[in-house]
Amino acid sequence: MIDLSSSESLVSDDIDLSKTVGEIYADDAKMSMRNVNVFYDEKQAIDNVSLDLARNQVTALIGPSGCGKSTFLRCLNRMNDTIPICRVEGDLRLEDEDIYAKKLDPVLLRARVGMVFQKPNPFPKSIYDNVAYGPKIHGLATNKAELDEIVVSSLQRAGLFNEVKDRLDAPGTGLSGGQQQRLCIARTIAVSPEVILMDEPASALDPIATAVIEELIDELREKYTIAIVTHSMQQAARVSQTTAYFHMGKLVEMGKTEQIFTNPVHELTENYITGRFG
Amino acid sequence: MTDKNPADSNLAEQLSTTEKVALSLRKRHRKEKRFQWAGLMAVGLGFLLVVILISDIVLKARPAFHQHWVKLEVEFRQDWLGVTSSDLAELKKANYRSVLRRSLYGMFPDVKGRRDKRSLFKMISTNAEFTIKQYLLDTPTKLGKTAEVWVRFDDDIDSYLKDDYTPGEAGPRVSKQQAQWLQQFLNKEIVDKRWNSEFFTSGDSREPELAGVRGALTGTLLTMLVTLLLSFPLGVAAAIYLEEFAPKNRWTDIIEVNINNLAAVPSIIFGLLGLAVIINIFGLPRSAPLVGGIVLTLMTLPTIIIASRASIKAVPPSIREAALGLGASKMQTAFGHVLPMAMPGILTGTIIGMAQALGETAPLLMIGMVAFIVDVPAGVTDAATVLPVQIYLWADSPERAFLAKTSAAILVLLSFLLIMNSVAAILRKKFEKN
Repeated sequence: MIDLSSSESLVSDDIDLSKTVGEIYADDAKMSMRNVNVFYDEKQAIDNVSLDLARNQVTALIGPSGCGKSTFLRCLNRMNDTIPICRVEGDLRLEDEDIYAKKLDPVLLRARVGMVFQKPNPFPKSIYDNVAYGPKIHGLATNKAELDEIVVSSLQRAGLFNEVKDRLDAPGTGLSGGQQQRLCIARTIAVSPEVILMDEPASALDPIATAVIEELIDELREKYTIAIVTHSMQQAARVSQTTAYFHMGKLVEMGKTEQIFTNPVHELTENYITGRFG
Repeated sequence: MTDKNPADSNLAEQLSTTEKVALSLRKRHRKEKRFQWAGLMAVGLGFLLVVILISDIVLKARPAFHQHWVKLEVEFRQDWLGVTSSDLAELKKANYRSVLRRSLYGMFPDVKGRRDKRSLFKMISTNAEFTIKQYLLDTPTKLGKTAEVWVRFDDDIDSYLKDDYTPGEAGPRVSKQQAQWLQQFLNKEIVDKRWNSEFFTSGDSREPELAGVRGALTGTLLTMLVTLLLSFPLGVAAAIYLEEFAPKNRWTDIIEVNINNLAAVPSIIFGLLGLAVIINIFGLPRSAPLVGGIVLTLMTLPTIIIASRASIKAVPPSIREAALGLGASKMQTAFGHVLPMAMPGILTGTIIGMAQALGETAPLLMIGMVAFIVDVPAGVTDAATVLPVQIYLWADSPERAFLAKTSAAILVLLSFLLIMNSVAAILRKKFEKN
């Protein structure tokens, strides 16, 4: 018989979802979110989530499809502002600064909190222009030499420079999928953000390209605070120091990655990472 | 299922899946073939009709590009001219009609009667007196002497010569007598068929042999320029605002519905609006390309807005996210990324709108661009007409020579359209490459 019952059937009424288990606070938090609720019109997508992003660490957000992890991630640089029906409540802070404050310009926030998307989305421009675009609009370089310097160093840090150094004028869309994603990462770090949000950055890539990206994420940790949404538990285990498990809009469990994957406290987390649903 | 006796089972059940598929496959292939044939027929028929149309126009237009001239021996006698000296001011006011008349009669000494003389003089274009005037003004030394001057035939003679005519026999609007005189001209070998460059350099005229498309072409060019300069920025700006900036609420819904309705409004209504508002209230000049351009803008705008919105909507949201995620403002995202990617589609919409406007006659009738205008307009506020209106006017004229002129003007209009479309296609290619 085919089991048609959804994952919901595994969440019996006696499972407590009201409180997050594990450690949501970080000693040295780069970003801290408290009591975040997100609504799409009437539908609640995030239900009272609180967590910290530890400085210079990779925090992985995992959970089954539709659990709200991407929605939560997009709150952190106010990308949800572009969705008219989306409403965000709660206290979200970047270095003690309220990022939903009225006087805060989302443009400035997005320069500080960069984002890498699921599907590589380079601009239909040259490789050089792709990376130079951010610094140009923010006025980070005063002359061509400085801009060149930023472009080269960003491409180097994204591990792409050696592959494209001879064809910086070639269109960015002509690169392979993995290269395109690294180009998008280079584009993001060219603005020198403090936090990088990654929304399933390797889901459209083959295993080799994925490995390159994962290695890159680990290196980037030295300079940036990173939050990554992923569907691959192996990936979360490989790249992150802290893991947060979301379920149906709630943060179920959060803690050290090692502990989450070896010794989860919550029943749902255990079910998920052991592959019983998801 | 229970086992069945093979003998009981019907034919369909005996066939394997592969055989069933093979059976249906033949049917499907036949269907496909039939459709391909139908498609080919449709394309072929369309192509055939276009070829017939174009070749008919070209054949009919051919005579308009040539003009028959005749070489006259003109005696610039001072007493005929009524001048006393070779003073330029005096020469300008001289009586060239008399000179032309007497010179012509001099070539046919046996023509005596008043009626005969009149019908002989009618063979020459009314413009001939200006031709010989210009000749004398250019070479004043010929005063008092005889000179050979080429002048145009009248359009009736010109049409007669372009037709299959029997020498010396009467033709439409050419009497037997005129035909015989014409034969004398031909025998003297003083008739020449020349390339009619005047068709492209002069404005409209009541005389078909003098009428040209320059005025209408310039009018069209100016009107299209006004239309493009107004409708493109307005249309694109409206589309970007509605797609990228405007909140989605009842008001924007109402605006959207109204834009769609506007695209379906008969064009003559826009002409009435132009007459009532732009000319009567704002007091802009009548018959002017400026007013024509504004009216056609109203007509073109919905087309451009609708096409631009569709094109902007088709830009993948990931590009917007990429730009916004880097900290680009809404404006930078819209103009730096969305607009360039939407440009090919916007250009397509614009060219459709402009092509519509190019062929539009009805709204222009209402604002006076249907007037008979001889002068080539020099600016957007000068009185002008446009090619489709010119075609309409000529098609309405009784003179036979205007038939060819009409077809020639249609060719000019089609060429204009072709050039316009090619420019748009080149621009689109350029944007697509990026």
